[in-house]
This record gives sequence, structure tokens and C-alpha cells, in this order.
Amino acid sequence: MNSISTTENNALSRTVLELDVNNHPGVMSHVVGLFSRRAYNVEGILCMPVGGGATSRIWLLVNEDERLEQMVKQVEKLEDVLAVRRHGAEHEVFERLEEFFL
Amino acid sequence: MFIPLKENILPQSSPETLSGAQIVVRLLERQGVRTLAGIPGGAILPIYDALSASKLIHHVLVRHEQGGGFIAQGMARATGQPAVCMASSGPGATNLLTAIADAKLDSIPMVAITGQVPRAMIGTDAFQEVDTYGLSLPITKHNFLVNAAADLLDIIPRAFRIAASGRPGPVLIDIPKDVQNQIVEVGEWPAPGVAAAAPAPVVELIDAAAAMINDAAKPILYLGGGVVHSGAAERAVALAEKAGLPTVMTLMALGAMPVDHSLSMGMLGMHGARYANLALDECDLLIAVGARFDDRATGKVAGFCPQAKIVHIDIDPSELDKIKTAHVGIAGDVDESLRLLLPSIKPQARQGWLARVAELKAAQPLRMPGIDDPRTPYGLIRAVSDCLDDEATICTDVGQHQMWVAQAYPLRRPRQWLTSGGLGTMGFGMPAAIGAALAEPQRTVVCFTGDGSILMNVQELVTAAEEKVNVKIVLMNNASLGLVFQQQTMFYGERIYASRFKGMPDFIRVAEGFGVPAIDLDHESDPLAALAAALRQRGPALIHASIALHEQVLPMVPPGAANKEMIGG
Repeated sequence: MNSISTTENNALSRTVLELDVNNHPGVMSHVVGLFSRRAYNVEGILCMPVGGGATSRIWLLVNEDERLEQMVKQVEKLEDVLAVRRHGAEHEVFERLEEFFL
Repeated sequence: MFIPLKENILPQSSPETLSGAQIVVRLLERQGVRTLAGIPGGAILPIYDALSASKLIHHVLVRHEQGGGFIAQGMARATGQPAVCMASSGPGATNLLTAIADAKLDSIPMVAITGQVPRAMIGTDAFQEVDTYGLSLPITKHNFLVNAAADLLDIIPRAFRIAASGRPGPVLIDIPKDVQNQIVEVGEWPAPGVAAAAPAPVVELIDAAAAMINDAAKPILYLGGGVVHSGAAERAVALAEKAGLPTVMTLMALGAMPVDHSLSMGMLGMHGARYANLALDECDLLIAVGARFDDRATGKVAGFCPQAKIVHIDIDPSELDKIKTAHVGIAGDVDESLRLLLPSIKPQARQGWLARVAELKAAQPLRMPGIDDPRTPYGLIRAVSDCLDDEATICTDVGQHQMWVAQAYPLRRPRQWLTSGGLGTMGFGMPAAIGAALAEPQRTVVCFTGDGSILMNVQELVTAAEEKVNVKIVLMNNASLGLVFQQQTMFYGERIYASRFKGMPDFIRVAEGFGVPAIDLDHESDPLAALAAALRQRGPALIHASIALHEQVLPMVPPGAANKEMIGG
């Protein structure tokens, strides 16, 4: 991932984004490309297929900064993104994974 | 040219056994594609083989893939319908990228089809293999890497739908060679892909916008390219007239309101008229319609309409609040939004505000020195426009000539004006003009260009000759990269570097060598008569005119400055 920008360093809070996406090669590139081109670091990524495997769920952990609103709108525009939900940093999805990152 | 076929013209029949390549061609035919531009190579030869059997599609053979991309853009910009270009894998695809990125930034519907190495060889650094999918990812609205021939039945109509829906844009379809050769049985053909209806604008927001417009004392209407894409020019003018709104246009919106309309202030921003930028500085309400607050239009954002509330209407929700926070932001089709808005607008004469604008205009109008002398930039543009009516299509390359034409040409019709706005691609003009002429052969298409720009896709002169398109290339030659020269003169202490050409081709011989008749206004005793004759004669022509190196595009807002800090003009 990219080096963290000053604005992100200064950010105190984090946001968890939950994306429902079509499950095929390239979806992840589309999503993370929106972040990397803006030098907006993605702190954590988690992706697994859901149900029958036609769709996947992507969880992103990102620092909150003034660009987040625009980022979410850009993600919503992607053809293969079906829904975007925002959660606070208190969401447990990444917390429960912490034991794998010790 | 792009009429989707009715089912009864191409009847459904019993299942057919077809290759992926044949499916591509059939779907393009069903989509209504009648002209496309491209250049073959190894990895797309199956599609070209299938294309050779098509009785409906005319393939325009270009000399460089970027030329093909811009021909497709010219067709799309002139008609509003998605147009198609094709290239092979590797360098074919990379050469196409600039034209795709250009379409993305100006929201032009385009479908680019590229050949790819066979699936088994992807990722092996095979001959002419490049990651076209990855390369095109950030410059397309959407892209596909096709994995099976049967998937084409879904992907191709979808590509057209995506390109044309909402905010238009380019879509790329990368098709491996073995997928093109794969044989599948096709039972039923999908319906052609057409633009999906945009979500309806929120009525409460429309009402709020109407109230703000009705209550404003010094409102300005700010039209962007979205007005042209949406076919909303007529309603935009109706709004301006009903509410008494002085109106500015972005580079992309020129033609949406006739430039000589009493409410038109022409273009805003970096090279807009002084009075237009000064009026914006005073306005108390800015009504942005299909515009995206581009930095060339706004100048320093903090200094743009500093006292104004903002109503922003755009089909792309991500444009709302992106640069300037809107007091009322309406996500929706521009034409539909204006239709809903108009009945709630109170008719107003707005004498006070319009008188103030007229006062600013009288004091600081757009100055066009030399307009009566065809040997000056403005004079040449005026002379060309004097020979033509509003049916002509006006295309430009990128640079000083582009800004002079944007300022001086009397554009009066949406889609009359084709120019590379967002990406600002030198080399856009001539192939885009060829595309426009192919799409609308009844029109005269004028391409204003410079000696810098034309050389960036000069090879397409032979395509113009081959296709006998009615394209008139007006080459304004100052033997330099004029806008670079101007910036070095104004902002870099006159340290002129790498902007003056030492060698200069003989453009008359260049054009004639490619099979395009040419005249040199420098050597004509009656340049106006020679110009008129060249414009009248059907078919391609190059019209060369030298202009003085010291000529500048003015006024000019220094990059990074507020619009009211204009220099000159």
C-alpha cells in the first residue's frame, strides 16, 4: 500500500466500510485503485464470497479524513459494487482478526 | 448511423453456431454500429476476419490506434451515441489509452474493443502481451476481460448500456484470441444495450432550488458539458430567459446557449471574458448545471464566487460537494431536473442585476484585436465563421488556437463544438473531425489546429483523404508550442525553452503528400476569397495560415490565482 499521507497521519478515527460486490477477478483492483490513485491508504482489507459465491463482501479499514465522503461516492459508482455501508471504528470485524497479526 | 435495429430487421432464427468473433460483429450490428475505426494486428485478427463478412459495418482503417480512438470520439461527440474503436493487443492497446482517457475526462460514450493474447498465454509475457485490463482500469467507466465467448452476449450490450447511461464514458472490452475463436451455439440474441433511465430528482430539492433562484438578487447560470450530453440546451436557455439569468458556459458547454444571446456571457474561467469573471465575483447565487467546477473554470476555488450560494444539478452524485459544497445539490438528469424546475420559476426581468452585468460588459468586454484582419488569429476565425452557417461543426486541437476559437467563434448549437477539454490532448482535433464528418457527412467540419498539435496525429491525413471526408483543417502556424511559449513569456521570466520549433515542415507539401489538397493563405493575394473557395469545395482540405508568435490568449488567469486576478484582455 502507499505511504500514509500527512492528512491521514493526523486522522484520529477510523472507519470500516462494508461493500457488497460481484465476485469476479478485477473487482478488488477497481476498489483499491480508487484509493491508491488518491494516495489514500487502506489499513486493512478482508474479502470472502458470500452465499452461493456470485457475490463477495469486502471489508475495508480506512483512516477518516476529509476525502472519505468523496471516496464512498466514488466506490458507489463502480459497476460491480452493489452496496456500500459505513461503520464506526468500533466494528468488530477487524478486531476479531487481530490475533492473526500479533 | 447508429440506429438500433428492430427485431424484425434481423429475425430471430434457430440456434446458430458462431465464433466469439462472429458474435462480436453480430452484436455490434444489432447495436446499430455502422462505422467503426481501428487497426488490426495478430490478437484481433479473428474479429477482423468476421468483420470482413459484415455488410452493415464500414471499417475505417486508421494509421495509429490513437487516431482510431479519436475518430470514435468524433462520432460520439457529434451524435451523442456510443461509438466503437478497435485495436490489437500490446502496443495497439497502449496506443489507444490516451484517446480512452480523453473520453473519460470529457464523459464521452465510447466502446473500445481490444484483442488480447490467448488465455493460456496471459501472464507469460507473451508477444504483444500487456495488461490492458489493468492499464485501462483508472481511465474507463468500466472494463471487461472476457473469459468465454458466451459471455460476450451479456458483456457487449452491457458495455453500450454503461457507456451511454448516467454520466457517459468509455468502456473497454479486452477479448483474448482464443475466446474470439471459441465456437458456441447462440439461441437467442440479447436486446441492444441502451441508456438506462436516471433516478428521478428529489422533488423537495427542486422546490428548494426554485425558491433560491426566485429569491436571489444577483444569480448566474453556469452551464457545463452535462447540458450538452443530456440534450438540455433548450431548457437551460428557457430557464435563463424565464428567470433573467446571465449565463456563463464552460469550454465543454459552448454552443448550449448561442453566444450572441442577450443573456450569454460566453466562457468563464482562465480565458473567459473579464466581465464574465467579474460578474461571477459579484453573484449571490450560482446555479451550476451539468458542470463540475473544473480548475480551469473556477481558478482558485476559495476565490470563486466567494459570496454565492450554490445550486448544483448533476447526474453524477459524486460531483456534488466535490469541489464546492452546494446549498442545494440535485442528483439527476439535467434535462429532467430543468423540466421539473421550470414551472416553479417566477418570471423576472431582473433589470438591476442585468444592468450591472451590462455595465461590467461595457467596461471590460472580451477584446478581440485584429478581428477584421484575416491575418490575425481572431480575424482568421471570424473569416472562417463568415463563410459558414450554424450547421457547420467546429472541432479544435489543443493550445492557443483552441482558446481563441472558444472565445471568438459564434457557436450557437449544442454538439456544434468538439474539443478536448479535460485531458487537453494535442492530436485530438484532426481525427475527431474525421469522426464527426463520418457520422454526419452532410455537414462541413472545420478543424482548427496548430503546428504543434497537428503533428501529433498527422498520419490520419491519409485516412481523411481515403474516406474523402468533408473536413477543413485550418492550421494556425506560429512555429511554436504557443501556449507554452506564452506561459514562459508571462510566468517564467521570458526564459523561452523547448517551445520554439527550429525545423518546420512544409505543411502544404505534407498535406498534398498524404493526398489532401492544401492552400497557403500567406501566399494568396485575396486570402478571404481563397478561404471561402476551400471551405465551399467538398472533401478534405488543409488551409495554412501563419500567425505572429507574439499573439497571446488574453485575458489569462495565472495558474493557481483567483479568476478576478486576470492578466490582459
